[in-house]
Amino acid sequence: MSETLPKNNIFKVIGASSLGTLIEWYDFYIFGSLAVIIGHQLFPEDAGASALINTLAIFAAGFIVRPFGALVFGRLGDLIGRKYTFLLTLVLMGGSTFFIGLIPSYKSIGYAAPILVLVLRLIQGLALGGEYGGAATYVAEHAPKNKRGFFTSWIQTTATLGLFLSLGIIVITKNILGAETFGNWGWRIPFLLSIVLVVVSIYIRMKMHESPMFSKLKAEGNVSKNPLKESFNNKANFKMVLLALFGATMGQGVIWYTGQFYAQSFLENTCKLDFNDSRYILLWGIAFATPFFVVFGAWSDKVGRKWIMLSGMLLGILFYRPIYQVFLDDTDYTRIEQTTVLSSTPAPVTSVSIADSPDSLRTTSVKILLKNGASFNKVQIDTVSATKGILTGKEVIKDKVLPMPVFWKFVGLIFFQILLVTMVYGPIAAFLVELFPTKIRYTSMSLPYHIGNGVFGGLVPFIATLIASFSGSTPLSGLWYPIGIATLSLIIGAIYLSNKRDENIND
Amino acid sequence: MNTLKKFLGLVWMVLGPLAMTFLFLQAIEKVGLTHTDIERTNTILQWAIILFIFLPISLGLMIFGFYAWKGEYDRLPENSEEL
Repeated sequence: MSETLPKNNIFKVIGASSLGTLIEWYDFYIFGSLAVIIGHQLFPEDAGASALINTLAIFAAGFIVRPFGALVFGRLGDLIGRKYTFLLTLVLMGGSTFFIGLIPSYKSIGYAAPILVLVLRLIQGLALGGEYGGAATYVAEHAPKNKRGFFTSWIQTTATLGLFLSLGIIVITKNILGAETFGNWGWRIPFLLSIVLVVVSIYIRMKMHESPMFSKLKAEGNVSKNPLKESFNNKANFKMVLLALFGATMGQGVIWYTGQFYAQSFLENTCKLDFNDSRYILLWGIAFATPFFVVFGAWSDKVGRKWIMLSGMLLGILFYRPIYQVFLDDTDYTRIEQTTVLSSTPAPVTSVSIADSPDSLRTTSVKILLKNGASFNKVQIDTVSATKGILTGKEVIKDKVLPMPVFWKFVGLIFFQILLVTMVYGPIAAFLVELFPTKIRYTSMSLPYHIGNGVFGGLVPFIATLIASFSGSTPLSGLWYPIGIATLSLIIGAIYLSNKRDENIND
Repeated sequence: MNTLKKFLGLVWMVLGPLAMTFLFLQAIEKVGLTHTDIERTNTILQWAIILFIFLPISLGLMIFGFYAWKGEYDRLPENSEEL
């Protein structure tokens, strides 16, 4: 039945599915892209690094519940159909994103602020857990058997494009409002904007029809009575769920989140790049690499899914540390020679009193511009103590703007990391769809996908930042987590997975 | 290849509890290293989340190893009807 679907119809199916999925990813990722600013809003001002780690923990909570969303909505999708299930997930996602934009700050409601955001973040995670499997299944069940990789790869672009959209809207909003206004309240706009995008997407999805394979099952009365039981109580199916998780999605997840999320976090928080510079680098990298999702998806229709995905993992294992070493070396401005300095402009000294204390914090800042076009701020925060005099603080170099050649070199390195993402992620929807039968497909494929991506992948920024904060660790220590997980997945995938495709998924 | 799959099954069975033991030891060490008050509470929470999440996954890895050891992956199903 799917083979006879006209080409313009399949593109309508892809367009409608992809738009909703893209918006869900957008909703999910603006939180991560604004982690530093949200951390300042949700936690006390003196929380320092723990505010970022706590915000990343709230961000990670959304990932952790994704597998539960996969179970809840996967079951619904196999019981009542694909269309209405992912309509529901879209409403939940859009609503919770909108409300995050309305949550008052810590200054206004204290710890109720992070708790409320955590609850909304959990709803986001549940919704996303239900969305992706539905969209991938829906498209695959419409696609001809020899082009399943090609057609589902369009769905695969949505996660990266959602991230692109979130970064783009954040940068545009910040540039329009200015850094200070954006930090105060402007960061809420990307969240509030989501409601408009969701309404448009709901309108489009309402016009979609149910998947032909699911409709056929329903007409024949063969819809699963208990998809959870059939997925996980059936040993033959459960062992494929485990194989999909450990041999594919686990490694794919860490490659995805290292290349697109940890890279940005590393550039901003470890290398101390300027807010806009770190995002522009990622935006260019994504723009150049995104077409390769379709290239690798289509190629997997010809040569099989397995080796394309595993090659992406292998390249990540080999090149992550050298790439991040380059990031560190090229942003090391601690040994700048005086002859390279073009100008040095001191900013006015500011002083902030410490709550419940007679002491205050004095900030001195100097903006340095180099002859090669690079610039940075040298910031020093001293404590002015009422009893001990001035306690000199450590000088920090931040807000680094790169010279153009280094900027484009970084774009190239990010492009390469996202290219690896396209290798592991482009073919994986088709790979998962072909692994499980129609009546329990939504449930069965969603769980390994969301454990691999939500848990193993989503925790990359959090765990890597945590590891890098241990005493004795180096800034590159956090990379051992994705490298270790990808290595394990590569070995399991290479030895246990089959490269053969199941052409008939209409069963 | 099937012998390798079986042999590695033992490795996965051992790797599950080993990973959990490592995480438990890390959690105890890192929580012990942190100061008091809110920072310690945060660290305990972070590690509790990590352990809670990775415990069932480690169990899954053990089951995967057990299936591999029993030869369940020697031949994979070629279509959904075999599931």
